[in-house]
Amino acid sequence: MIEVYDLQKHFASGFIKKKYKSAVQSVSFSIEKGETLGLVGESGCGKTTVGRMLLRLIEPTAGRIVFDGLDITSLKHAEMRKLRPRMQMIFQDPESSLNPRMKIGESIAEPFRLGLGGRCSRSEIRNQVQELVDIAGLNREHVNRYPYQLSGGQNQRVVLARILAINPEFIVADEPTAALDVSVQAQILRLIMDLKSEFGLTMLFISHDMEVVRHMSDRIAVMDKGRIVEIKSSKDS
Amino acid sequence: MALIDIINLRTQFPSEDGMVKAVDTVDLSVAGGERLGLIGETGCGKTVLGMSIVRLLQPTTRIEGRINYKGRDILKLKEEEMRRLRGREIAMILQNPTTSLNPVLKVGDQIAEAIRLHQGLGKREANARAVQMLQSVHLPDAAANANQYPHELSGGMRERVMIAMGLACNPEFIIADEPTKGLDIKTKMQIVELLREATLHKAMLMITHDLGVAGSICDRIAVMYAGELLEEAPSQDILNNPAHPYTQGFINSLPSRGLLPIPGTSPSLICPPPGCRFHPRCRMATKACEKKHPEMVQIEKGHLVRCHQFN
Repeated sequence: MIEVYDLQKHFASGFIKKKYKSAVQSVSFSIEKGETLGLVGESGCGKTTVGRMLLRLIEPTAGRIVFDGLDITSLKHAEMRKLRPRMQMIFQDPESSLNPRMKIGESIAEPFRLGLGGRCSRSEIRNQVQELVDIAGLNREHVNRYPYQLSGGQNQRVVLARILAINPEFIVADEPTAALDVSVQAQILRLIMDLKSEFGLTMLFISHDMEVVRHMSDRIAVMDKGRIVEIKSSKDS
Repeated sequence: MALIDIINLRTQFPSEDGMVKAVDTVDLSVAGGERLGLIGETGCGKTVLGMSIVRLLQPTTRIEGRINYKGRDILKLKEEEMRRLRGREIAMILQNPTTSLNPVLKVGDQIAEAIRLHQGLGKREANARAVQMLQSVHLPDAAANANQYPHELSGGMRERVMIAMGLACNPEFIIADEPTKGLDIKTKMQIVELLREATLHKAMLMITHDLGVAGSICDRIAVMYAGELLEEAPSQDILNNPAHPYTQGFINSLPSRGLLPIPGTSPSLICPPPGCRFHPRCRMATKACEKKHPEMVQIEKGHLVRCHQFN
C-alpha cells in the first residue's frame, strides 16, 4: 500500500548563512494493505516528520514515496489534492485539529458538504453524521456543542468521526493519545483498533510509548536520530 | 505526627451552570519525609486540591474544612502570613512549565526572584544561588542555561527549571503537579529520578495521572474520583492489590496491563451521581450503590476504600 525509499529531510534555518539540520536520514519501509506499522522513538527522533512527509504535508528533501502503486513524491498540488481523501492524519492535539467556531455536527458534516464522500442531500448528510456520531461513541447531543465544551477524549472521537466521513484507506496517527489520560487513552486506542478492523484501514501509528505501539501494531519500526534502526514483528518484542 | 493534615476539605467555585464541587470532603495527611501520590483522571479535582493547600485559587472560590500544617490551620492565616509560608515552607511545582514560566524573563532571573523575595539575599548572591539550583537539577550547563529564555530550553529542561524554582528556598513540603506530563519516557524517568533525589528528606504530594510514575516514587497513593477519595494505601498495595473497582479499572487501562478501558466518562462535578459516584461506570454496581453514598472503611492496616462491597 505504502512504500518508502531512502526518504530524507533537512530543515534549513538562517537567511544568508544557511544552517542545515538533518531530521530524517535515509528511511525506507513499506506497509501492506490492512497492516499497522508502529513507528516508535524518543521525541525529536524524526518520527513525526516521517509521518507528515508520507502525506506530503512536509516536502521531502530526497527519496521516493509510493502510494498504492503511484509515485506521489513529485505529484503536483492539484493531483495531490485529489489523492488526499484517500490518506488522512490524526494529530496529537484534537482541540487544534477542530475549527473552534464550528459545532461538532458541522465539523463532521464538512467532508460531505465538500462532496468528498460523493454528493448527498441535506437529510442524507444528517443521517450520515448521526451514524458516525454513534460509531465514534459520541452522544447525539454533542452534535450541537463546540469543541471547547467537550473533553480531550471526546474531541479525539470527533476527529475520528470526521476522518471516517472521508472514508480513507490510509491513516497516519501521530501520538493520538499523547494529550489524554490513561483511562481515556485506553478508550480511544480501543476505538481506533475497532475502526481499523471494521473499515480495513492501513495505518502508520506513531508514538513514543513502546507498550502502546505493541498493542496497536502488526510490525514495529524503531527510530533513533533520524534513522530506522530496527523493524520487527510486534510479537517478537 | 503528620506534617500536613487535611480535614474535611471542601473546595467549590461558581460557574455558569452552578457550583463546581471540585474537592468534596477530603481527608488526607502527609507525614514528614513521606511522598504521597494523588492519582486521578483529568477534571477529578486533584489540581484544585493542591491549589487549595497553597491557597492559589480565584477569590470567588469557597474553601471549607481545615488544613493543619505543623498544627496550624493554614486556611485561617492572613494572606500576608500565607505569603511567607508559600515557597519557603510549602512550595508548588506548577503544571505545564511552558505556560507557568514567564516567557520574557531569563530562567535564572526567575529563580533568583523567588530567592531574593523569600531569603532576602542580594542580587548577585541570589543569581549565584539560582545557578547552583540549576546545577542541582542537572542542567547540562547551568551558568549558560540561567541566561536563556524558556523557549530556548527543551520540555525536559523546562521541567527541571520548574523543579529548581520549587526547591530554591528549601521548602519542607513540596506539591508537584503533573511534573512528567508531556515528556517522553526517557525524560520522564530522568525527572522522576531527580524528584526522588530532591525530596529525599522532604515531604511531597505528587499529583499525577501516571500510575507508573506515582508507583515508582511514592510511599503511599490516594485515588481521587469526582472530587472525593476512593482508595488510599501503600503504593505497592494500590498497584498489586487494588480494592476499589475504579482503581482496578484504572490499572487495567494501562497499556502494560491490558489496555482495557473503563466504560463511560467521568461525571460532572456540578451534580455528581447520587449514591456512589462511580456506580454508573462500575461493573459491580448493585441497587445499594445507586442510593447510598459509601463511607471510607479500612480493609487492612493503612488501606482505606470507599466501596459498598467492603461494608
